[in-house]
Amino acid sequence: MPREFTVSNDQVLAFETDCHLFDGCGFPAPSEWSFIFDPLFTIGSFEVDKPMALVVLSTAIICTFFWVAFSRAKVVPGKVQLVAEVLYDFVRRGIARETIGKKAEPYVPLLMSLFFFVWIMNIWAIIPFAQFPATSIIAYPAALALIVWATYMTLTFKTNGFVGGMRNLCVPSGLPKGIYVILTPIEFLSNVIVRPLTLTVRLFANMFAGHLLLLVFIIGTWYTLGSVVGTFYAATSMVMTVALTFFELFIQALQAYVFTALTATYISQALEEAH
Amino acid sequence: MLIELAAEEPMSPVLPVVPEIVIGLICFGVVYFVFHKKLLPAINKALDERREAIEGGMEKAEAAQAEARQTLESYKEQLAEARHEAARMRQEAQEQGASLIAEMREEGQRQREELIAAGHAQIAADRKQAAELLRQDVGKLAIELAGRLVGESLEDHARQSRTIDRFLDDLEEQAGRSVPSESSEAGR
Repeated sequence: MPREFTVSNDQVLAFETDCHLFDGCGFPAPSEWSFIFDPLFTIGSFEVDKPMALVVLSTAIICTFFWVAFSRAKVVPGKVQLVAEVLYDFVRRGIARETIGKKAEPYVPLLMSLFFFVWIMNIWAIIPFAQFPATSIIAYPAALALIVWATYMTLTFKTNGFVGGMRNLCVPSGLPKGIYVILTPIEFLSNVIVRPLTLTVRLFANMFAGHLLLLVFIIGTWYTLGSVVGTFYAATSMVMTVALTFFELFIQALQAYVFTALTATYISQALEEAH
Repeated sequence: MLIELAAEEPMSPVLPVVPEIVIGLICFGVVYFVFHKKLLPAINKALDERREAIEGGMEKAEAAQAEARQTLESYKEQLAEARHEAARMRQEAQEQGASLIAEMREEGQRQREELIAAGHAQIAADRKQAAELLRQDVGKLAIELAGRLVGESLEDHARQSRTIDRFLDDLEEQAGRSVPSESSEAGR
């Protein structure tokens, strides 16, 4: 099958070529093309690609699972409800109450949604056939960070008024007066602009890098096959893939926790009275 | 499968695109809505009910305990009351007995005194009677004796009587020295 010239070497994965070690062709390293997909189907003129489908599927899975568990919640729980209750308790007590305290209850739904939405989107990275973390498309973490930022700002100004809210955001208390000249702009920048950006990038970059890592070793396994020496390389690469898969499993939950816990921290700060 | 893209350069992965943000927002909104409106209220209700059920059981146990304690206290109180009552009755009985004894003793004393007094009176009356009889007999005997000795009947009764009386008074006077001591001894 003749190669199409419009497609560069960067745009193909190892599986799509017969390129192996010692064949004289270079290692087809994963690139930004690894994160760009053909549309699966189109609705009208709107093209739905794999990450979008995964996001929608995440929503469906979360809603279905918790619907089964909680919609007819019983005093004596069944198995599904018991599992869901443990998860709920983790977010409600372990994150919300731990960070925000007594006023946490109104924000539990937000934190619950964030935690499970992020977690399930992350988990796709190691689910066979999906094998792609939806959160490695920056728009999805950005959308979530946008919601967190809007909540943070709204709560800050609603609790403290405009002046108090600005003080809360920009003027940390208990410092010598001269410091404020430098510190106020920095605090403003840090709280209002950098925080949502870091929230986005932290999640995105972790999942992006994790996916790249897995790709490197999976492609490596394929690429090094084909010769006796190469088989050993491939085995090593395969072991790394499996190890990294478990590592990713850990990172996925951790990133979901970090995202949610940081949101809780921001909410807690917004609810603090200005000093 | 080959990727057919017109653009030679892919979009930078760090630049979010609007349609994906919108999809993310919508999907998150759905999850949030379902949690906020339906599922978390449902589970919170169930959790509250569970807590109430547990607390209700504990309350019931507490109530039963309190009732038991109350019953015990009332029993104790009743027991103490009964003991008190018994002690009081014993005391009363003792007092009554003592007063009865005292009364009877008094009565006995009185009766004894009465008997003694009656005895004394009887003795005094007997004695008086005996003395009277004795006086008459002594008089008669003395007259008889005197008539025999003198040989003549003393006609004048008044004179006779005077003589007898004088004689007897003399006798009594003589006896009087020793009699009072006897009579005082009998009075005791």
